[in-house]
Amino acid sequence: MAEMKVEIRKENLVYQKTPLLTDNTMHYCPGCSHGTIHKLIAEVIDEMGMQEQTIGVSPVGCSVFAYNYIDIDWAEAAHGRAAAVATAIKRLYPNKMVFTYQGDGDLSAIGTGESIHVCNRGENIVVFYINNAIYGMTGGQMAPTTLIGMKTATTPYGRDPKLHGYPYRIATMVAQLEGVCYVTRQSVHTPAAVRKAKRAIRKAFENSMAGKGLSFVEFVATCNSGWKQTPVEANKWLEENMLPFYPVGDIKG
Amino acid sequence: MEEVRLMKGNEVIAEAAIRCGADAYFGYPITPQSEVMETLMERQPWLSTGMVVVQAESEVAAINMIYGGAGCGKKVITSSSSPGVSLMSEGMSYIAGAELPCVIVNVSRGGPGLGTIQPSQADYFQACKGGAHGDFKLIVLAPASVQEMHDFVFDAFDLAFKYRNPVMILSDGVIGQMMEKVILAEQRPRLTDEEVAERYGSWALTGKPASRGRNVITSLDLDPYEQEKFNLKLVAKYKEVEENEVRYEEYMTEDAEYMIIAFGSSARICKKTVEIAREQGHKVGLLRPITLFPFPTKRIAELAEKCKGFLVAELNAGQMVEDVRLAVEGKAPVAHYGRMGGAVYSPDEVAEALNEKIINRK
Repeated sequence: MAEMKVEIRKENLVYQKTPLLTDNTMHYCPGCSHGTIHKLIAEVIDEMGMQEQTIGVSPVGCSVFAYNYIDIDWAEAAHGRAAAVATAIKRLYPNKMVFTYQGDGDLSAIGTGESIHVCNRGENIVVFYINNAIYGMTGGQMAPTTLIGMKTATTPYGRDPKLHGYPYRIATMVAQLEGVCYVTRQSVHTPAAVRKAKRAIRKAFENSMAGKGLSFVEFVATCNSGWKQTPVEANKWLEENMLPFYPVGDIKG
Repeated sequence: MEEVRLMKGNEVIAEAAIRCGADAYFGYPITPQSEVMETLMERQPWLSTGMVVVQAESEVAAINMIYGGAGCGKKVITSSSSPGVSLMSEGMSYIAGAELPCVIVNVSRGGPGLGTIQPSQADYFQACKGGAHGDFKLIVLAPASVQEMHDFVFDAFDLAFKYRNPVMILSDGVIGQMMEKVILAEQRPRLTDEEVAERYGSWALTGKPASRGRNVITSLDLDPYEQEKFNLKLVAKYKEVEENEVRYEEYMTEDAEYMIIAFGSSARICKKTVEIAREQGHKVGLLRPITLFPFPTKRIAELAEKCKGFLVAELNAGQMVEDVRLAVEGKAPVAHYGRMGGAVYSPDEVAEALNEKIINRK
């Protein structure tokens, strides 16, 4: 048997996390999409050399603590108001790269008004929309995006449209607006999807710095704790249930 | 050279914001203060000073734009009227919780609910007692003239940045709508981005250079003991404000046996009441709190040692009167006289109330 010699040397390094991701232990559950999306955003900011120029706005929800993980300046907004906060930051610092990072409850329930109007004004920012069809942080209640029949803490017998209304696709709604230059829906549940998602993030950031208008990037995401599934089951469930209703791909631009 | 103009109170808010070098105004139209944004849009300050003006989709959005702009270390101002200020109250709590400087103008009107569009002082409690969730205070300035609408914009920004706290200018439909002579200050330059970074870079969103850790504008702390430390810091700050920033105006108080306490437009009316009462042979004086928080408690307590009675005249059901009673501590009778819903009393009506409730009280 041939002798195997393993050498841990810097020149043999094939992968390392971007320095823009802090060493703080993430509070996200194992299997959650947030960690992957954070990493991609941090990598793109780093690759663009924009750490000093980037200001993020975090929401209320599971990603409320996003500011603990990506090493840039951050504002933590009131629930649903990230778009308004980001509007002011971008207007006052037109040369900065400004983005919001919001969940489905934050962006498409309590913050729908701010979300529509930031798009309609065509602010030169990026909106990252993490759609896992559930309220993660408060313990798995129904979101505006919860699928018909899906069980949550506030739809224990499944979402019934007669009682709870229908899930809706805000990405296709905002794509109608003049101020929006780019709308895409991505996922991060497979390595191939992760690579595509990263390209979308880069394009969105570049649009914002080119002054083309607002870029809206939705991520169809897993919440395996909220869905009460293992990470592997959640990825499968996402593919079989979420993606047919929220199909991935570019919607505009 | 001094520039003297005849202007509406609301227009002056806009003019003063530009001239003091404000970086942005975010607002939403509401009567009786819509002239603030209208004046700004007509003046187009983005072409001269570079000041940003945005008509938001709601007061909720406007106050959150203020949060974002203030978080950048920039001088930002908004204005609204009572129902709109209620919508902004959540944002004010976040701004106070994140210790951000900003100026909020309330040209108040009658309430509750949609109420009326006429002047009222019914928002005293809302302005001075927090007005939203959590232990926090606004610094509150109450202008009584168009000139003070101008001057207090400058003062409010100074206080906001000195204490990193939201400052409210609590005006009303009288002061907002009336025209008076005003002396306008000379244009001050806006701070450059570099100056902002130099002055406020320790906390503001300026983009994170390698030389410092990231700045985070937030009001969140899940550790109750850390949060309590922060609450204590706010308590200490408000105490400092109470020690250093109390402002009031006195009129004929030297020999006064009876006092009228009134703020804002009501104080203008009550000045005349003092003259009427003096003509009737009563030694009456007026104290006008200029800062409603911090309240001139000490001065009123001093006056309570020598005065025979206090009439608190306000355009509401009796709000500031509670603070006057706390200051007087039962040493003299304190009565309230008010009109509500947008109705305004005349100097004679206040004089009558003074006679009935204080001077000739049984």
